[in-house]
Amino acid sequence: MSNESLDPRVNRLKLGEAGEVVKVAEGENWNIYEVFHQEKRGAHHEHVGCVHAPDSQLALVFAKEQFGRRKKCVNLWVVKSADILAFDVEDEDMFANNLEKTYRDASGFKVMEKINKFKQSK
Amino acid sequence: MYGGGYIFDEPNKKQLREEEQHDEPEKLAAFEERIARGEKIESGDWMPAEYRRQLIRLIEQHAHSEVIGALPEGTWITRAPGFKRKLALIAKVQDEIGHGQLLYNAAETLGKSREAMINDLLSGKSKYSNVFNYPAETWADVAVIGFLIDAAAIVNQVANAKGSYGPYCRALERICYEESFHLKQGHDAFIELATGTLAQREMLQDALNRWWQPIMHFFGPPDKVSSHSEKLMQWKVKMASNDDMRNQFLDAYVPKIWELGLTLPDPALRKNEATGRWEYTDPDWDEFFRVINGGGPCNAERLQVRKWAEEHGRWVRQALMQPAERKAFPVA
Repeated sequence: MSNESLDPRVNRLKLGEAGEVVKVAEGENWNIYEVFHQEKRGAHHEHVGCVHAPDSQLALVFAKEQFGRRKKCVNLWVVKSADILAFDVEDEDMFANNLEKTYRDASGFKVMEKINKFKQSK
Repeated sequence: MYGGGYIFDEPNKKQLREEEQHDEPEKLAAFEERIARGEKIESGDWMPAEYRRQLIRLIEQHAHSEVIGALPEGTWITRAPGFKRKLALIAKVQDEIGHGQLLYNAAETLGKSREAMINDLLSGKSKYSNVFNYPAETWADVAVIGFLIDAAAIVNQVANAKGSYGPYCRALERICYEESFHLKQGHDAFIELATGTLAQREMLQDALNRWWQPIMHFFGPPDKVSSHSEKLMQWKVKMASNDDMRNQFLDAYVPKIWELGLTLPDPALRKNEATGRWEYTDPDWDEFFRVINGGGPCNAERLQVRKWAEEHGRWVRQALMQPAERKAFPVA
């Protein structure tokens, strides 16, 4: 192509011919890492997204660029997406709460009634 | 920045196999009920093949638009007027590339690899927002892009963030938060020229005149000719029609342009107070399709720059892939 760009940086490149075939090989963009962001000391790390990186050290560097460049951030974790173990989403119903579980809930214990009844009987 | 309303679809797309078109009716009914209730769909959930295909198409082209969109603005980094403008422009361009990464990741959750998406971009199979096939001729073009194209993109993205696919919504939430800075710095640069010297105002007016048609194109062809919308709206992939989004944009931003004494190159542009809709001359849609199909002033340059980056970055990616094979320096 004629190398006449308005961008001086582009004019410094030696661009290939139009129609030239460039292909990226599968896997060339590395592995995927999940990123967890901590907003302040003492807070939980929260999942914020992913980065592509060749190893965990660089994943941290990319995560800092991608998720630490604005809001407050004091720490980041990265972990390979392939290492995350999760329940199957289809099994969501296993978390359905049994309404009969009042025995493990504060609201399941009503002491005031008894206290009042006891006081009245005095 | 840059989710246009118009998402290119391959003209002779492979027809889905019969069983894919009518995937299991019970599951489909349950899926559509979930969406109607306002639930989000996540990557591991069952979804119709067509929903997956359309989402990949939408999110992938949104991602390409972010990355290619950095090029016209990047043109002016070396010559930004002043240190603060240069810092802001570099920060914005970095954000756009970051948005591209977030969106590629969202699309990857649907099963298409980032490499495959990049290859489709480089081969011309997959498109990006048409506005970036036009050149940024002066600094005023950067102000117009930062103010008005970002504003148009925000209208689109705020709508899409209420869509049905969880990973896309989460990416858009983060993107919209950062876009608010893009819009504000663009508006600031725009106002500075609009309230400046005669030469500055003339430069801005010239940029507005050249960008108005691409901006009107941004939301895509009018509803009366736009295909495959109904199902996508029911599935909450598309959240508003092209004309509705265009109208929302005109309503919010035309007054902000006119109040500065600037004009827009369409004598028919006016708001019909009775209907609440804006009236305008239909932009040249033949031009729109000509540019999308490769005939714009910058299509070739944009793709050649992306190919250059992929080719010249390859040795870095490969070297990093094999950390054991480091060059050893002599110790003595």
